[in-house]
Amino acid sequence: MSTFNLNDVSQEYFDVLKELGNIGAGNATTALAQMLQCKVDMKVPQVKLLEFNEVGAAMGGEEQIMAGIYLLVEGDITGSIMFLLEEKAARALVKQLMGIYAEEGEGFSEMELSALKEIGNIITGAYLNSLSVLTNLKIFPSVPDLSIDMAGAILSVPAIEFGTIGDHILLIQTQFTDEVELNGYFILVPDLESYDKIMNSLGFAQ
Amino acid sequence: MSEVIKVGMADLKICVSPDSITTLGLGSCVGIAIRDPITKIGGLAHIMLPDSTQIRDNSNVPKFADTGIEELVRCIVNRGGSRGRLVAKIAGGAQMFAFQNKSDLVRVGERNVEATKKKLMELRIPILAEDTGSNYGRTVIFFPENGNFVIRAVGKTETVI
Repeated sequence: MSTFNLNDVSQEYFDVLKELGNIGAGNATTALAQMLQCKVDMKVPQVKLLEFNEVGAAMGGEEQIMAGIYLLVEGDITGSIMFLLEEKAARALVKQLMGIYAEEGEGFSEMELSALKEIGNIITGAYLNSLSVLTNLKIFPSVPDLSIDMAGAILSVPAIEFGTIGDHILLIQTQFTDEVELNGYFILVPDLESYDKIMNSLGFAQ
Repeated sequence: MSEVIKVGMADLKICVSPDSITTLGLGSCVGIAIRDPITKIGGLAHIMLPDSTQIRDNSNVPKFADTGIEELVRCIVNRGGSRGRLVAKIAGGAQMFAFQNKSDLVRVGERNVEATKKKLMELRIPILAEDTGSNYGRTVIFFPENGNFVIRAVGKTETVI
């Protein structure tokens, strides 16, 4: 029986996520810098255990418009992951990547959405790669899906997944800076058996 | 001076006219607004999952459609609403992404709406209007004064149902 219990998250799991956040964000920063052909910096990632009604506020409000990339993971670890950033930041990244800029308030064009998915792919890939390296487990991501909508609505998806086992969401917040300061939020939702696998692979007895 | 009362995720609150009650960013969750049109006492629940009996730790009452709606009705009646007069409006239950993890969470938005309708039918509370499904988030504001249910979504004009 899995011991995963978000109401009583072990310090070890927190530390695992911190490590994952550090390495993952570090990889993502390098990947972004390569993709955007510019210098990208980051601050030390913070792992946050939040009650459902705190998450919206942590991202600037439940109605804050965010770009959310969501994908499933398979392999030794199964579950889902999500990466969110503010719509403004997403626009800035797309602008830098593509050299064009859509006025704020307008939707993203097909090409911009495609670019955004690609950026999301690279960032989530960086985190997944670090998890794989940390745990020595194989992890394969699915094709990502993208939603640009209110933070609360996008977050309802991992929140509901966490909701089946508790009343909190665990996320890793990272601040990236190139010319703009971007707040990126990474959420890992392992299936219960995968949580145990992660901890076991790192030598934590369950 | 009327207040706008805020309801969070897995939460429910009641209010009396002229106050209004709101919840922001409903994705796959469902917002259930119930009121007594005569006493103008109403409430809003923001539920996340359809069925408390399927979950091991189900102590968080407003998280589930079955227990959340019952509790909302209980609170409204406690405050002076009449059970036989209650009417409801619902919103949310979107599918935010093309796929969802785990078989029991696939189409959770749709299943939240189904469970909501089932519970309201069981309690004999008619649903006067709904804005559910599709793939986008909704913010709602409910006015027990006249039953207006304001729905806002990104890139869409505001509607009142």
